[in-house]
Amino acid sequence: MSETTTERPAADIVFDHVTKRYPGQETPALDDLSMTVPAGETCCLVGPSGGGKTTAMKLVNRLIDFESGDITIGGNSIRAVDVTTLRRDIGYVIQQVGLFPHMTIAGNIAVIPGLLGWSKDRIRKRTDELLDLVRLDRSFGTRYPAQLSGGQQQRVGLARALAVDPPVMLMDEPFGALDPITRTEIQDEFLNLESEISKTVIFVTHDIDEAIKMGDKIAVLRQGGVLAQYGTADELLAHPADDYVADFVGADRGLKRLSLRRMREVVNGSAAAPDDAPAVDADASLRIGLSTLFASGASAVRVTDGGRVLGAVTLDQLQSAVTRSTS
Amino acid sequence: MTGYLSFFSDQAALLVRLTVGHILLSVVAVVISIVIAVPLGAWIGHLHRGSFLVVNAGNVLRSLPTLAIVAIVIALFGFGYVNITVALVILAFPLVLTNTFTAVEGVDPGTVEAARGMGMTGWQILTRVELPSSIPLMMSGIRTSWVYVVATAYLATFAGATGTLGDVIANISGYGLTGVLAAATVSIVLAFLGDALLGLVERGLTPTGLALAQRAPATT
Ligand SMILES: Nc1ncnc2c1ncn2[C@@H]1O[C@H](COP(=O)(O)OP(=O)(O)O)[C@@H](O)[C@H]1O
Ligand SMILES: [Mg+2]
Repeated sequence: MSETTTERPAADIVFDHVTKRYPGQETPALDDLSMTVPAGETCCLVGPSGGGKTTAMKLVNRLIDFESGDITIGGNSIRAVDVTTLRRDIGYVIQQVGLFPHMTIAGNIAVIPGLLGWSKDRIRKRTDELLDLVRLDRSFGTRYPAQLSGGQQQRVGLARALAVDPPVMLMDEPFGALDPITRTEIQDEFLNLESEISKTVIFVTHDIDEAIKMGDKIAVLRQGGVLAQYGTADELLAHPADDYVADFVGADRGLKRLSLRRMREVVNGSAAAPDDAPAVDADASLRIGLSTLFASGASAVRVTDGGRVLGAVTLDQLQSAVTRSTS
Repeated sequence: MTGYLSFFSDQAALLVRLTVGHILLSVVAVVISIVIAVPLGAWIGHLHRGSFLVVNAGNVLRSLPTLAIVAIVIALFGFGYVNITVALVILAFPLVLTNTFTAVEGVDPGTVEAARGMGMTGWQILTRVELPSSIPLMMSGIRTSWVYVVATAYLATFAGATGTLGDVIANISGYGLTGVLAAATVSIVLAFLGDALLGLVERGLTPTGLALAQRAPATT
């Protein structure tokens, strides 16, 4: 599965004082944005509607032009290459999916490989590989978009974007139109898939929880396209730069931080759990641990890894796991 | 009634000759319209510009009585086949143009954006995405234009072009009411037959995936 995916290394994306002002608008849509998305990382752009998320993302593949500042991918300015070549090296996934209704699923996936002159054999192999990657049966290749559910369509959208193994992916609220169950499922699978392939991803969402889940880094934009804060989820939750960010990440940011760490990281191996302690899997989040603790009324939980007991975690430990790194 | 029916057998040779002429004139007019209107409508629709102009120009052209156009064209090209062909093209052209334009402009914006974002050129988007998706609506414009043109082609006789069913339809003193009715019947049958035939062409040209999408709108 990964034989063709190791060919092209990921590249970093650098925004260097980028300002975008739409014609006839007083305030810029994006105001002096400078940030670096390291190679292979996922950067979630979050912010209010109209905050400039889509604008920032579309500048990267030049669907929108800008005058001031520069954007580089792997050190090369996006203006230095032909726009068609640039776009074919960038996977593009949008909420509307935008599959070509008159083409089969395989036909959709094969569009860019076909334009690049790949052989039939290579295209067929790659299509099968991609259908496997996005967990669709290979028989889907001969179906048409109208015969697929929304979630299946977006899987095809992902496969199509990954077709020529681009080092960079741009995703604009890709899972925003899906029902919660399908969304969670496809989020998990994308995380899984990302661990197999190395891509630099810009992922736009208005949902802070999705950003925390999907992003290595999160960039919070505010109205007027100003970058309010850029950092890891833990940094944002622990040290929001100002009231705006604190508000945006939510008053329950303490609980959200619990989601970022696993029981395995805080378990005390020498402490024995009381007899009435409920069991929690070592890979469950601290938040699940806390919830289990509260629901049972016990004073600690027993952390298990497969059949093995690793030790116990108390409420105090859970609290200090969050507060210690906060200060 | 017997006169009406016997006209078909008595004047069979004449009717066949005029019918063939009628079909030829109509086909030429519709084909010329397609050749001009499809590329123009597709390009304007692709650019998403000039919709105001297209719609209004189309409406103005459509509101002109074809007989008036015949009269106007006399001043430019005189009498004859060129005259009636131009007049029929002016009749058919706006129908094909507006339908093509509406179809191409109306292709799902998400689909076009995805195509652009993945690195298809404008030409590739037009030919591989927009036009295939536009076939049903474009074909319905062509079918309508065929019906209009066949029903109007009898005006050839007023433009000084003989050899169409108009020779009988506009000559009640020569062929009587039965003759006029018989020729008009042929013209109506031509309109329906052509429409049905084009319907088959439409079904053949419409991509399978598109037909599926139209039957059951995609779940998104
Ligand atoms: N094509 C456009 N022309 C003019 N203004 C635009 C255009 N696209 C977006 N804007 C404006 O730029 C701002 C940022 O929009 P956008 O990047 O779409 O925000 P977001 O994706 O965060 O909702 C908004 O004020 C929006 O109205
Ligand atoms: Mg947006």
